[in-house]
Amino acid sequence: MPAPTFFKMEKINKYYQMGEERAHILKDVDLSIEEGEYLSVLGPSGSGKSTLMNIIGCLDVATSGRYTLHGRLVDDMTEAELARLRSAEIGFVFQNSQLLPRLTAQKNVELPLIYAGVGPRERRRRARELLERVGLSDRMEHMPNQLSGGQQQRVAIARALAGNPTLLLADEPTGALDQKTGRQVMALFRELNDEGRTVIMITHDMNIAKNARRVVHIIDGELSEGGGTNDA
Amino acid sequence: MLKSIRSTFIMIGECFRMSLNNILGNRARSFLTVLGILIGVAAVIALITTVNGFSGSLSSSFSSMGAGTLTVTVSGSDLKSGLTTDDLTELTTLEAVAGVTPNVSLSARVSRGGSYETRISVSGKNSHYFRQNADLLTRGRTLNVTDEDNTTFACLISPDMVETFFYGVDPIGEKLYIDGIPFLVVGLMSGSGDASISGVMNGSPDILIPYTTAMKMNNSSVVTSFTTYLADGWTSETATDALEAKLDEMFSYEDDCYEIMDMSSIEDTMQNMLNMVSALLAGIALVVGGIGIMNMMLTTVTERTTEIGLKKALGAIPWQIQIQFLIESFLLSVIGGAAGIALGLMLSLILSKVMGTGFVISTFAILLGAGFSAAVGIIFGWAPARKASKLNPIDALRSA
Repeated sequence: MPAPTFFKMEKINKYYQMGEERAHILKDVDLSIEEGEYLSVLGPSGSGKSTLMNIIGCLDVATSGRYTLHGRLVDDMTEAELARLRSAEIGFVFQNSQLLPRLTAQKNVELPLIYAGVGPRERRRRARELLERVGLSDRMEHMPNQLSGGQQQRVAIARALAGNPTLLLADEPTGALDQKTGRQVMALFRELNDEGRTVIMITHDMNIAKNARRVVHIIDGELSEGGGTNDA
Repeated sequence: MLKSIRSTFIMIGECFRMSLNNILGNRARSFLTVLGILIGVAAVIALITTVNGFSGSLSSSFSSMGAGTLTVTVSGSDLKSGLTTDDLTELTTLEAVAGVTPNVSLSARVSRGGSYETRISVSGKNSHYFRQNADLLTRGRTLNVTDEDNTTFACLISPDMVETFFYGVDPIGEKLYIDGIPFLVVGLMSGSGDASISGVMNGSPDILIPYTTAMKMNNSSVVTSFTTYLADGWTSETATDALEAKLDEMFSYEDDCYEIMDMSSIEDTMQNMLNMVSALLAGIALVVGGIGIMNMMLTTVTERTTEIGLKKALGAIPWQIQIQFLIESFLLSVIGGAAGIALGLMLSLILSKVMGTGFVISTFAILLGAGFSAAVGIIFGWAPARKASKLNPIDALRSA
């Protein structure tokens, strides 16, 4: 038996009803990713990259086409099934780290595990382990407002990794950071990829996109391969 | 299966902790939100507890006025303005009736020696009255049939009267002037007790005299108010029927000549009224408190749109979001309810001290307060929680 398809999009189309008009956001998008890849989706704002990210992240479903993630067909899933899939397969990193301000760094990392139903001890152990992994072993009990922007983003990355996801999905992960901290975060992504984690990064910034091993361009809803860059 | 139950418990437990965190993290706002519930529950608890203490003493005085009596007030017809002595004697022949006591009351000027008091309540009774109220007499003798038949000027007086007119003197055998007529004090009462509904309505009499004498002093040949004592085996209902039949006959079947009042039904009516007031108050409190909670929860959901979107992105299923907000409104409401119960009990303790009634902690009231606040939290938290669970994670995240 062949290994299940890891990530495959076939002829994905997405339309949005905007008043009278029906906007065609994604046009026949085909995309295949192997396990362990590091991919950037590069495109200007309004190109449809956010919509693509939402579909990849199972926050939204395509109007037509087939999307298979880790051997499962996503297209016809209910909202609850999508939630379980996100919980099991996807770790999100957002532009603004999106930490809950009333929870400590450690509690923030535990959050996805709560919804996955992991017990308190195991949660705690995993959260501490991941915070150590991103270099914040001395910041576990800090509240988000006591952390710098870079540290907050690293907490967010630890949180994304908490559910041990198949796919790490980052949306402009350095958008809110200065250049130096942005580079540190990029280095962390590269390390995680070196450890075998599949990473997809959405960005409008060529300099950020070229940190990935493979770049695809999206313009006006159409996807094109941009070839590998900056191979390590 | 077992695993999913376990993980549900883990999730709900964590929701409680996060909710508590949110509530405590915003103390001032949470306090203002639960104020409606707090005041509502406190009012209901205070009302029920106070009413309980009050109706405890109320119903004990009611039962001393006796189950087993019917009080009749006669307004009369053109032909017959009231009942004669013969009519009363005829009523006692009814099977349902063990005895009849007329209530002839007057307000008199009472004097002895140099001192006098006006507007003293004097009541005319018959011998049967003392048979029914055996513990009324403390010393001397009661009024008997001879007193009635001969319209004697004999009287019994209350301790108040003794204090006013007989300071340092043994009143028995002494004379007391009632509206200028010399009466002989033959006995002393234990209190100013007229243990009947007419006593409650007219004020308790300080002086008892033969009813025939009282009628004469009123220049009246008829009795317009009397108490009927029921024979064994008769209930208020069956006795009322028998009494009505006889009275209708006496008044030639004219309408509205008399009214029969039944103690237990009066007590029921009062209890029902108190219950209705409590229920009304509870209802108002429920709506007011609930709207406060609902308003706050709707605001919270709007404020935390991003948080909801984030949690959904991290894998929270819609019902997990819904239960989290329900738990928050439930907790908020129950905290308010608990504070309300404490405040209500404190209030009723103070009230009972001030009013001198009993203080009985009512388990029912506490359970009602607790159940009520929990229900408010869930009922009024439902719509906001539902709204939160339905938020689209994409829109929710974008609003950041």
